[in-house]
Amino acid sequence: MNTMTLIDSLAKERAIEARKQKDGENFVEIPSFKSGDTVNVAVRVVEGEKERIQNYKGIVISRRGCGINQTFTVRKISNGVGVERIFPLYSPMLQSIEVLREGSVRRAKLYYLRGMSERKIRQKITK
Amino acid sequence: MNAAILGKKIGMTSIFTEDGLQIPCTVILAGPCPVTQVKTMDNDGYAAVQIGYDEVSEKALNKPEMGHLKKAGVSPMRTLKEFRGLEKELNIGDQLTVEQFTIGDKVRVSGTGKGRGFQGVVKRHHFRGVGMATHGQSDRQRHPGSIGSSSYPSRVYKGIRMAGQMGNKRVSVRNIEVVDVMPDKNILFVKGGIPGCNNSLVEIIKL
Repeated sequence: MNTMTLIDSLAKERAIEARKQKDGENFVEIPSFKSGDTVNVAVRVVEGEKERIQNYKGIVISRRGCGINQTFTVRKISNGVGVERIFPLYSPMLQSIEVLREGSVRRAKLYYLRGMSERKIRQKITK
Repeated sequence: MNAAILGKKIGMTSIFTEDGLQIPCTVILAGPCPVTQVKTMDNDGYAAVQIGYDEVSEKALNKPEMGHLKKAGVSPMRTLKEFRGLEKELNIGDQLTVEQFTIGDKVRVSGTGKGRGFQGVVKRHHFRGVGMATHGQSDRQRHPGSIGSSSYPSRVYKGIRMAGQMGNKRVSVRNIEVVDVMPDKNILFVKGGIPGCNNSLVEIIKL
């Protein structure tokens, strides 16, 4: 086996195993999604001893990296302020990623959405 | 020192801890290493354990090498290395595997660092070069500058840092942590980088 793929599969195996152990029956596989999709990311938030799930909903504007180092950026408008969060795809802090709506865009990186109004963005990412 | 093993650097990746931290780490394919010879104080004048790594076909070795391994009853190995000061008593034919290591162990990893060829002082010793780019100066930006005074001592002191071969020599990284062990695949994950290019031989010693 190619060494690079070997490393990658080992690291991925380990990351997914860790999430499976944490979630048990609630384990959700990582779906296939791309730039322009609207997703809901369930993030684990640790407050002291307790852990709860926080949902973060927005548009995927970029996916980068390969293998275990993949990350994706989700942008949303929160109280009139644009917010972008970068998540490592294989992070154990993500409980699930849910694709709410598939987008239709012609770019891999949607940085041009940054200056736009919500209405304009909606026009851009729908068919 | 209570554990030693030989291995091959495979490459780098990262690993997530339970609380979500991403740790950069190097993957090492290590062992299993059979003990090929045990040197004793009485017989050899010093105590050491010789271990082998990397199985090869018989054709790759010459007759004396084959004979040495046959005596130990070990299949042909590309590399043999000696380790001194192992606490555990070992006998010929014992297998050293990654199971000697556990998560959280501190290890020292040694190998041959990447060769950089003949390099100037700026790259090799982090000199800053001489002079400015303007004001009539030319060809001075990556120079070493003065290497000593003139009539006294009338020579250049030994050890003055100059241009020359960089890299391709033994480098050790001490006190790095074992992040994961996969005994079924003979694989070790250690935190951070280790010397050498991918597929190069490394020694791993538990501190």
